Amino acid sequence: MSTRTRPDHRSIAFGDWTMNPVEAALTAELLLAALACAVAAVAPASMRRYLAGIATIAMAASGIVAGGLALSGHSGGLWAPTALPTVNLTLAPDRLGGLFIVIASAVTLLAALYAIGYVHGAADSRSAWLAFILFTFGLQMVPAAGDIITFLLAWELMALGSGVLVLTDHRTRPQARSAALWYAVMTQLSFLLILAGFAALASVAGTTTFDALVTVSPTSTTGALAFTLLILGFATKAGLVPLHIWLPRAHPEAPSHASAVMSAAMVKMGVYGTLLVVLRFMPGGPAWWGIVLLSLGGISAVYGILQASVTSDVKRLLAYSTTENIGLIFLAIGASVLLASYHLTAASQAALLAALLLAISHAAFKCSLFLGAGAIVAATGERNLDRLGGLGVRMPWTAAAFGVAALGAAALPVTSGFVAEWTLFQSFIHGATRDAISVAVALPVAVAVVALTAGLALVTFVKLYGIGFLARPRSQGADDAHEVSHPMRWAALIGAGAVIALGVFPGPVAQVLASAVGIGDVATIGFGGLSLPSLGVLLDPMALAITALVCALPVVVVSALSARRHPRRATELPWGCGGARVSPRMQYTATSYAEPLMRVFDDTLRPEQDVVVTHATESRYLVAQVRYRQKLSDVIEVRGYRPLLEFVDRLGVVSRRLQNGSVHRYLTFSFVALIVVLIVVSL
Amino acid sequence: MSVLRLLQLMRRTGRVAETAPALPEQWDGVPAALSGSIQIRHVDAGSCNGCEIEIGAVFGPVYDAERYGARLVASPRHADVLLVTGVVTRNMSEALVRTVEATPRPRLVIAVGDCARNCGVFADGHAVVGSVSDVVDVDLEVAGCPPEPDQIIAALRSVTGR
Amino acid sequence: MNWTATAVALLQVLIATLVAPLVIGITRQTRARLEGRVGAGILQPWRDLRKLLRKETLQANGVSWISSIGPIVVMASSLLVAALLPLISTLTLPFVPDDLFVVVSVLLIGTVAVALIGLDVGSAFGGMGSSRHMMIAALVEPTVLVAVYALSIPAGSSLLSSIVATRLDAPAVILSPVSLLAVVALFVAVLAETGRLPVDNPSTHLELTMVHEAMILESSGRDLAWLELGSWLRLSALLGLVANLMIPWGLATDATVLALVVGTIALLLKLTVFAAALGAGEVFLAKLRLFRVPELLAGSFVLAFLAVTASYLVT
Repeated sequence: MSTRTRPDHRSIAFGDWTMNPVEAALTAELLLAALACAVAAVAPASMRRYLAGIATIAMAASGIVAGGLALSGHSGGLWAPTALPTVNLTLAPDRLGGLFIVIASAVTLLAALYAIGYVHGAADSRSAWLAFILFTFGLQMVPAAGDIITFLLAWELMALGSGVLVLTDHRTRPQARSAALWYAVMTQLSFLLILAGFAALASVAGTTTFDALVTVSPTSTTGALAFTLLILGFATKAGLVPLHIWLPRAHPEAPSHASAVMSAAMVKMGVYGTLLVVLRFMPGGPAWWGIVLLSLGGISAVYGILQASVTSDVKRLLAYSTTENIGLIFLAIGASVLLASYHLTAASQAALLAALLLAISHAAFKCSLFLGAGAIVAATGERNLDRLGGLGVRMPWTAAAFGVAALGAAALPVTSGFVAEWTLFQSFIHGATRDAISVAVALPVAVAVVALTAGLALVTFVKLYGIGFLARPRSQGADDAHEVSHPMRWAALIGAGAVIALGVFPGPVAQVLASAVGIGDVATIGFGGLSLPSLGVLLDPMALAITALVCALPVVVVSALSARRHPRRATELPWGCGGARVSPRMQYTATSYAEPLMRVFDDTLRPEQDVVVTHATESRYLVAQVRYRQKLSDVIEVRGYRPLLEFVDRLGVVSRRLQNGSVHRYLTFSFVALIVVLIVVSL
Repeated sequence: MSVLRLLQLMRRTGRVAETAPALPEQWDGVPAALSGSIQIRHVDAGSCNGCEIEIGAVFGPVYDAERYGARLVASPRHADVLLVTGVVTRNMSEALVRTVEATPRPRLVIAVGDCARNCGVFADGHAVVGSVSDVVDVDLEVAGCPPEPDQIIAALRSVTGR
Repeated sequence: MNWTATAVALLQVLIATLVAPLVIGITRQTRARLEGRVGAGILQPWRDLRKLLRKETLQANGVSWISSIGPIVVMASSLLVAALLPLISTLTLPFVPDDLFVVVSVLLIGTVAVALIGLDVGSAFGGMGSSRHMMIAALVEPTVLVAVYALSIPAGSSLLSSIVATRLDAPAVILSPVSLLAVVALFVAVLAETGRLPVDNPSTHLELTMVHEAMILESSGRDLAWLELGSWLRLSALLGLVANLMIPWGLATDATVLALVVGTIALLLKLTVFAAALGAGEVFLAKLRLFRVPELLAGSFVLAFLAVTASYLVT
């Protein structure tokens, strides 16, 4: 790679050779990635995790620096020529790209830190580490890409690395193979759609650099075609319904540090792509774009959280929750586009800010949740929530991190999720208008969808935390659990700390995000609170927390005084109607916790339920055994994908008659094809 | 029944509760915390349900024990007073002990009915462990087989002082 | 730093806390009188609380810090809601405006705390109550948010005090279709959120019919006192909100002593009327079967959505 030097007063000078800071950071990142790969390849097995982990952390740190510089407005980049005449590989992040580089790098850093303590066996092998490094490197290069070819190359690198990672445990878990297959197919589908969309854009623009692609008009047919293809491609990558099938399969199968990066950062690249399309390439899109994004996002949000609320597998629950969060982000982007098309600028900008706040909030809490889930699985050997319990006393640090991250996922004060949803609501409330029918219909429906999603998210995360960490263990594995190693703990705790920090100081954070997308009119007020002067609203979570503490103070004082006179007395058993058999098996499990919801939504979820009664041999009136089986599978997969796959299979069977191995038949095909070509050419 | 007919029924019925009898004298062992308000958890240690019917009447509209500050609750953790009826059977002896232990102090145990006091007609039964005082500490007793609601109320009022 | 608004908020919290047990007392007393009984008197809930604070608190083995800190969190969330909502005056705290989403989220903190207390116990009843409680909370949230969204459209702001202040300035809005539909939907949501009939029976003894009670079966002493007072305060604050939405007169719009006294007396009167109405209404209602509750909540959601539609069609 050659570096183009630019006479910039912000350059770094190395003697005669001046370098732009962004270029320096990107070059450092490239070199560190190469170093990390080398380390992973040659390090001895006992030291591999430490050396490769530290090298990856260094790469991620340089990524944060590069992204931060790009986000604060420094321009610059690297380019390299290719064999094609006008095509160069460009890495030139703008502010928005810088933001997403920071997100991706931060998540990579935490995952790499976690991996130092976590990886063992297949996940600690050379190929797994190489795959992880290449995956995260590609992940950080996607937002840095300045032209189509670089973007697609980085995209494929990301897909390849993560695909290999999904296969890591294939020897011990056979479902990893089918998960990897689904993942590979869906990711290639997304690649094809994105390629086609970019091709449509490039055909009008004439060149492949992003700066030139802005010439396509949003209202033209090419614009509409490009929008549809690109959005479908990015939606597949982001895991939106109905293209989400791979997410609940692939994310749980990958090792936990990879799952964290996939769920917290890789799906964000779908969001980044969508933002590229609606903000950078074709700003000012028509209203139907907003409606499409709103609908996609809304359906994904509700479906995702519904599936998450009834599933008992910890990692599958978190994967579906990712679908929900990304759905909310797309809903926010769609609302922004819709409101902008009707010139409701203030509300539109608030919606866009909400989308970005949701994105960083999701990165923080989802990373922490997946890392925590990995810790649980590593400590207990159980993935099924029905067999966990009592982990709060056995794994206090993990429980703390997990609890805070779950609060953030449920959007309760004072976390980042709360700030993000507040902003989204403000945009809905102040975007209400009588003049535009689509807005008047879409916004209340969006409010209802977000409210239902928030309610179901509450159930899901209360279930996850309550059943997993509280009360008593429901299996031997949970009983034997103990706290995990320091790198694993600290990675999850730092993520949880980010959730709180972003939630308590939303003002400065929102100002940075607003600068990334060119929104003005976002101010900090009070104790780091967020103020949107154009809407006339403000939110100061710190002040809210202080008020809550002031309210809690008299209660605590009275409690303390009362405790002195009537101290708390320990008793042996909780009240269980006077019985002595208070076994952990009597506790509610995750499946039973979700049962009322499953009954309410059974038309959407369509569980398969089976009751088999075995009678005693002596008499049909006596029952020897009752067996109850419930299976919840993804409705879209059962009713959408399976019939489609069967249809394709049948087509394949039919077409076997065309390709039956006979050379004569193939020669006939070639001959007919030549005749057709001759006819067409001579017309 | 429709809302209108229910309203007419209420108007016709008026007040069902009888006037309160004179306040009985306070039991001298009453903990200070329990004056004015007691929450009661009923435990059936093995009764014939005769005392339960009388207790049901005590909390019904005619005798209305709620006006004296007594209220029935579902969990012994919420309760101050345990009303134990019936002789203590073998199946219920451990449950009775656990229920009393589950009640926070200050707590009182009131044995209601002859069976609870001295096994009544079920003395020497094969499934009987003994009277309530054989199993847990009893603070107050209400005699009768079954005791009149007035007697039960007098015992409760001697605790609440209302 | 706006000290007058802070002082008014403190006054509001104090009055609401003192009045909350009386609201429950009035509800129970009304019900008792209608049923032909004498009842324990309006002050009985205060006697119950005083007694609970003088009892010892038990903690079973295996129960975690959530059972002891949870009740304080519930109390804090109820007190915060009482401080934020426009009960006595329409003044807002500096930097903490009573935005709809903020108030709903603070209420949900209390909901989540009780649900976790129920799960912490490790008994079948606690889990059952917690599961039903969270299901109802999840289904109530769309109704609450859409109903207040409908009310916020004519007012142009989602601050509850602004919405109430607008109704004070232009009383004709109170009887508009938007307002009536939204307030009815909100009232059903309040009944569900605070666990009153027909969604939940607060005085049931059958564990299988419990929703809220099941989660607090294990709490005793001051834990129980905070949980009870917290839920009573929630009910009073939400009833006060609905009352002020229907009858905003009497609310103080500035911080003068006279206005605050009038505001306090008005709140006491409104709460008395609404508490008595609640008690009287409960005489005619039976608890709905658990799986009929989503139908009731869906119906209230439809009303709220109709309110939003009406706000676009009817000026």
